Amino acid sequence: MERYEERFLLAAALVLMLFLGALAYSAFAMHIALPSPHGMIHYSADQRLRLILRKTPPFDHPGVREVAPGRYEVVVVAYAWQFVPDEIEVPAGAQVTFIATSADVIHGFFVPGTRINMMLIPGEVSEFSYRFRRPGKYLLLCHEYCGELHQTMHADVVVK
Amino acid sequence: MTPIVSDPSCFPLPDDQRALIRWNIYFGFAMLAVGVLFGLGQALDYAHINIFKYYPGIRTYYQGLTIHGVLNALVLTSAFANGFMALTTARGLGRPLNGFLLRASFWTLVIGTLLAGYAMAIGKASVLYTFYPPLEAHWTFYLGLALVVVSTWLTSAVLLVALRGWRREHPGERIPLLAFMSIATYVMWDIASAGIAIEVVVLLLPWSLGLLPGSDPMLSRTLFWFTGHPIVYFWLLPVYVSWYGMIPKQAGGALFSDTLTRVAFVMFILLVPVGIHHQFADPGISPGLKFAVAFLTFGIFFPSLMTAFAVMYALEIAGHWNGGKGLVGWFFRIRWSDPSVCAQVLAMCAFLLGGISGLMNASYNMNLEIHNTTFIPGHFHLTLGTAVGLSYMGIAYWLVPYLAQKRLWSPRLALVQAVSYFVGVLIFARGMMWGGLEGMPRRTALSIATYSLPSWRIPGLLAAAGGTIMFASVILFFFVLVATILSRGTVQIADIPFTETVQTPSEDGWQCRLDQFHYWVFAALVLIAIVYGPFVARHLPPTLSARGFTNY
Repeated sequence: MERYEERFLLAAALVLMLFLGALAYSAFAMHIALPSPHGMIHYSADQRLRLILRKTPPFDHPGVREVAPGRYEVVVVAYAWQFVPDEIEVPAGAQVTFIATSADVIHGFFVPGTRINMMLIPGEVSEFSYRFRRPGKYLLLCHEYCGELHQTMHADVVVK
Repeated sequence: MTPIVSDPSCFPLPDDQRALIRWNIYFGFAMLAVGVLFGLGQALDYAHINIFKYYPGIRTYYQGLTIHGVLNALVLTSAFANGFMALTTARGLGRPLNGFLLRASFWTLVIGTLLAGYAMAIGKASVLYTFYPPLEAHWTFYLGLALVVVSTWLTSAVLLVALRGWRREHPGERIPLLAFMSIATYVMWDIASAGIAIEVVVLLLPWSLGLLPGSDPMLSRTLFWFTGHPIVYFWLLPVYVSWYGMIPKQAGGALFSDTLTRVAFVMFILLVPVGIHHQFADPGISPGLKFAVAFLTFGIFFPSLMTAFAVMYALEIAGHWNGGKGLVGWFFRIRWSDPSVCAQVLAMCAFLLGGISGLMNASYNMNLEIHNTTFIPGHFHLTLGTAVGLSYMGIAYWLVPYLAQKRLWSPRLALVQAVSYFVGVLIFARGMMWGGLEGMPRRTALSIATYSLPSWRIPGLLAAAGGTIMFASVILFFFVLVATILSRGTVQIADIPFTETVQTPSEDGWQCRLDQFHYWVFAALVLIAIVYGPFVARHLPPTLSARGFTNY
C-alpha cells in the first residue's frame, strides 16, 4: 500500500509540474500576458481624483488614437457608473492597447469573448493589448461591484 | 493511541463547555438560515426573476448579496470551526478546555455578528464580503468583522492552552491525530488572519471613524487576499478533520497513514502566501510575482490530492471490511444509508469538480477567461458551498444529536436532503460555469442590467433552477435539525465517531518533528516575507488618499 501511496504522490507532482510548464510556455513563449504595473497616479486625500485625472496625460484626453500604422491606443476613464468614452471604434486586426484607470471606486474592465479582463484601481494605471480578429459589436462591461447602478455600467466596442 | 483517547468514559468535557460548543454550532446554522434566504434571490436573478423587491427592508440586490456572503462565508464558517474544533481538540487530548476563553470566544462572535448585521440591515454596509475600499461601510461593519476574527483567535487560545496542558502531562508523546489536525487548522489560521486583521483594524476601521483621511485601495486589497485565500483552508480544514478523522470510522473502515495526514496539514500551514492569485487581473503587481504565486498555488493543490488518495483509500478499506468485492464493489458498501456518510461522500465528489475548477482559476493567464465571471461563484459553491457546506450538514447529522443527546429525527429525510443538495449544486454550478465562460459577470444584478448577451440565457436558467433546489434542500436540512432538537426524550450518545489508523504514528524519527508547530510557523513566516515583503515594502507608508464612497 505504501508503494501505491508513493506512486500516487509522484504522479500528482508530475501532473502539476506539467500543467505549470504549459502555463509558463503560454506566458513566456506565446506572450499571453497578465495586466502588470504601468505607473501610478499620485494624489492626496484633499484632492479629488477625477479632477487630477483631467490634468494627467493620457487621461486628460480619453478616446481612440492611432499611434502608428495599425497600432491604436484607447484611453478610458471609468466613473461610477460609466466608461468614458462609452463608444469605442477600432479596426479589425489592429494592435489595440487599452490604457484605463478609475476616477472613484474599483471597477472592472471586461470584454466577454476576449481575454481583455482587468481591474481598474484608483491611483493605478491598467494596460492591456489585444488584437480583435473578427469585426462586430463587442460589449465592454464593469465586472466589479461599484455601487447601486453597477449593473448599468457598460460601453460598446465596435470592431470594423 | 493513548488509553484516554480510545476510552470514551475518560472523556471529561464539562456540561457547560458542551453547551457552549452546541450554541456555537446552532448560532452558525442560524446565520446560514438567514444567508440562504438571500441566496435564493440571487439564483433567481440569473433567470431574470427579481424577488428582491419582496424582501422586507432590503433595498438592493447588493445589500442581499453582502448579507449572503458575510453570514455564510464568514460567520457560519467561524462559528462552526470554533465549536467543532474545540470539541475535537478536547476529545483528541482527552481533557477539558479553558471555559473562560471558550465563553469569551462565543460571545465575541455573537456581538461581532450583531454589529456587522446591524450595519448590513440598515443598508450602510452594502460593500459585499470583500469590502474593497474606497467603497466605505459604517464603522460597526468593520468592528463587527474584527470581532468575528478575534473570536477565532480566542478559540485558537483555547486549543493552544489545552495542548500546553496536555504536553506537560504527556512529555515526549505524539499529539493524538484528532487534536493535531484541529490545532494545525488554527495555527494556520492565526498566521493567515493577520492580513484581514491589519486591513480592518489599522486601515478601514479608523478611516470609517474619520481618524484617517482616506484609504489605500491597492494595499487593502492585497491585505484582504492575503487572508482571502487561506481563509478557504480555514473553511476546509475542519471538514478535512471529519474526512480524515471520522468518515473512515463512520463508513466502517480505518484511516491508513497517520504520517501522510499530518504532512497534508503541515503543508497548509506552510503555503499560506498564495492570495495574489486572486489578483492576477490587477495592475500594480508584477507578472513575475504573479507567476511565483501561481506556482505556490499549484503546490497547495498537492495536499488536496493527498487527501483525495488517503480518504478514498480509507473508504475502500471500509467498503472491503463491509464485504464489498473487487475493484469497484467497495464503493457501494460504505454505509450510504447513514446520512452523515452520504452527505460527506457526495461533498467529496463535489470537491473533485471544485478542485479542478480551482486549478483553472489559479492558472495564471487562463484566469483572464474567467476572472470575475460567474465561473468563480460556480467554483466556490462546489468547494465552500458543497465540499464544506454539505459536509457541515453531514457532520451536523451526528454532531447535533451528540451535543443535544437526541435521536436524529428521520434519517431518511436527511438522506433525501443530502442527495437533493448535491443534485442542486451540480445543476447550479453547471449553469454558473457555463455562463462564466460566456462572459456572464458575477456580483451583478443581471435581472435589471442594461446589457445582456443571448448566450447567458440558458446558463442563467440552470443557475436559477439549481439554486432553487439547493435552497429547498437547505430548508429540509433545517426542518430535520429543528425537529431533532425539539424532539421529546433523550438518548445517551457517549462518544464522537473517530477513526483508528492502520499505520500508527511512529515514536521516533523525523515524523516527530511534524508535531513541533514552531518549525512550520517559522518556515511559513519566511515564505510570507519572501512573497509579500517586497510588495508591502513598496507600499509603505499607505497612500491613504482615496476618499470613501457610499454610492450604494
